[in-house]
Amino acid sequence: MNAKTLVKLATQAIRKNKMRAALTMLGIIIGVAAVIVMVAVGYGARSRIQEQINNLGTNMIVITPGAAQASGVSQGAQAFPNLSLKDVDKIRSQSQYVAAVSPVIVSRTVVIGPAGNWRTTINGVDTDYQTIRDWQTATGDFFSADDVRSNRKVVVLGNTVAQNLFPGQDPTGTEIQIRNSVFKVTGVLAPKGQTASGSDSDDVVLIPYTTAATTLSGRTFIPQILASTANEQDIAAAQDEIRTLLRESHKIVDQGDDFTVKNQADLATAAASSTQVMTLLLAAIASISLLVGGIGIMNIMLVSVTERTREIGIRMAIGARGSDVLIQFLVESIVMGVLGGLAGLAIGVAGAKILGHFTGWETSISPLIMLVAVGFSGAVGVFFGYYPARKAAALNPIEALRYE
Amino acid sequence: MGDVVIQTSHLVKTYVTGTNEVHALRGIDLQVGRGEFVAVMGASGSGKSTLMNLLGCLDTPTDGSYQLDGVSVEGLDRNALAAIRNQKIGFVFQGFNLLARTTAIENVELPLLYDRTGRKRDTKALAIAALERVGLGSRLEHQPSELSGGQQQRVAIARALVTEPAIILADEPTGNLDTRTSVEVMALFQELNQQGITIVMVTHEPDLAAYASRIVEVRDGRIRRDEPVKNRRSAAEDLKDLGDEEEEVA
Ligand SMILES: Nc1ncnc2c1ncn2[C@@H]1O[C@H](COP(=O)(O)OP(=O)(O)OP(=O)(O)O)[C@@H](O)[C@H]1O
Ligand SMILES: [Mg+2]
Repeated sequence: MNAKTLVKLATQAIRKNKMRAALTMLGIIIGVAAVIVMVAVGYGARSRIQEQINNLGTNMIVITPGAAQASGVSQGAQAFPNLSLKDVDKIRSQSQYVAAVSPVIVSRTVVIGPAGNWRTTINGVDTDYQTIRDWQTATGDFFSADDVRSNRKVVVLGNTVAQNLFPGQDPTGTEIQIRNSVFKVTGVLAPKGQTASGSDSDDVVLIPYTTAATTLSGRTFIPQILASTANEQDIAAAQDEIRTLLRESHKIVDQGDDFTVKNQADLATAAASSTQVMTLLLAAIASISLLVGGIGIMNIMLVSVTERTREIGIRMAIGARGSDVLIQFLVESIVMGVLGGLAGLAIGVAGAKILGHFTGWETSISPLIMLVAVGFSGAVGVFFGYYPARKAAALNPIEALRYE
Repeated sequence: MGDVVIQTSHLVKTYVTGTNEVHALRGIDLQVGRGEFVAVMGASGSGKSTLMNLLGCLDTPTDGSYQLDGVSVEGLDRNALAAIRNQKIGFVFQGFNLLARTTAIENVELPLLYDRTGRKRDTKALAIAALERVGLGSRLEHQPSELSGGQQQRVAIARALVTEPAIILADEPTGNLDTRTSVEVMALFQELNQQGITIVMVTHEPDLAAYASRIVEVRDGRIRRDEPVKNRRSAAEDLKDLGDEEEEVA
């Protein structure tokens, strides 16, 4: 018998029991649909995180106080008030690989504009911050190096803050009030959207770090230093260099670092690990579902072999070998698996589209994944169909013919 | 290949069920020549079906030897026996044994699909020819449930014929049919026999055995009588006498 005849036979047999076949395939359908949605959403999540991390600025290096813990989470900045402006200067003057460096002095407070109040994050930074984060202004300009040197009360507004304080207007050149001081608005930043952790990148205002240190907090330590290299290849070298410079500056000889230097890849890994948990969970659901689906196929094939004992007897009497019968039933369970796989694929693709539509996530399914999903369903058919098929093939023709 | 299709010597079949032994066949010596039409008769339980199963290579003897169409069958494995059933034997059963929800053509085509010699290429054309030969040229696409008993048995006969076997084995082929239809099947067998096909048929009815060319009577696992039919009847003639009823298959 050729492959075409076998597949035709199998589809005929399945069509004779449509409802039963559909219920049997349900496990496979759910399993494959789960895999497809998982892969589609997983891809979307990864590319979203990647985009957000790239949004932070190209070739960025983040230096925070405190040693990296085993879990990869560093302790709070307050516990280690050990990064200073001296460190920033040292990196700027002595590093070969670092192209731009800026301290970030963070505080949260209320800013007051003509249209009302807005509670936001104030980042005290240097002019290099713009380079590091690759952040253009939408209107106006970033403050100048001279502004930084002279502790001027100037501010660049994030897009969200600008829209809340100056709805429908360009605030460049006007003034806002931060903690009883009046700041001149030099420009508004282009919108960047959400961060990897889901907060609003644009809900921020930038002022010179010198002004932040003197006017706002009076604090001398720096919770974060950002740096960047001119190109990607230099990142690792720059990190090593920064580590050496800071250990020198902190007079560390034998102990471990009291600071942490991370690059974007590290941040990406941290972010990706959270999606990995979800991926594993869905993979577990999918494999259990495929297992249950496979057992369903095996069960129905066993019933089918018993029901069709007489048919098997007839086929053997007119010359079918055991292997012919084996292949016939095996193809039937493979077809069932593949049909289930295709149905699951269709549902999975549709599900991913709908999910993408409502969440705005980008979803993508590669043809390879589709092929693997359907191929795997076929493999489930082979694996769970083999035992019933072998049972059919081993029947004695006379007994099978006599079976009522 | 000589003119002997079936040659058995001291064929023995003993069924063992638990501690019980059933001696179904106690030594059968049978020779069937090409072109014969043999009727096997005997009481119920005498071993007729057991003999047919052995002749049809569906079962293997406990003892004795069997040559079919010049080929010795002893010691062949399951696959070799399947090939012999496929190429040398055509079965006709009492219960028709057609595949349900499968058209006449597909039923008749089936043995050709299991032919591994690659000789039979145009399976569909061969199936149609076989169905025409048994007078069912107008019922090609019918399923068994859409055919009368006699028509179903004709499909089964076409299926037996289609591989051009050395012999047709029929175990009570008319057991499920009424008298008239039985005679119709006999007429078909006689026609095929005249065309040179060898037939061995089990029947309980002496009336039907009279259409054969030879009667073999089995009793208690042995051949008790083996003689040619003296006044052989013609089923075609008898059909005419059976009345003016229209023939079932036009
Ligand atoms: N598979 C089997 N296991 C045990 N005994 C069997 C088996 N098949 C047949 N027999 C026994 O062998 C003997 C011959 O049976 P067989 O079926 O050949 O008879 P038969 O002549 O065909 O009878 P009938 O005319 O009723 O069909 C019987 O006694 C039967 O009980
Ligand atoms: Mg019998």
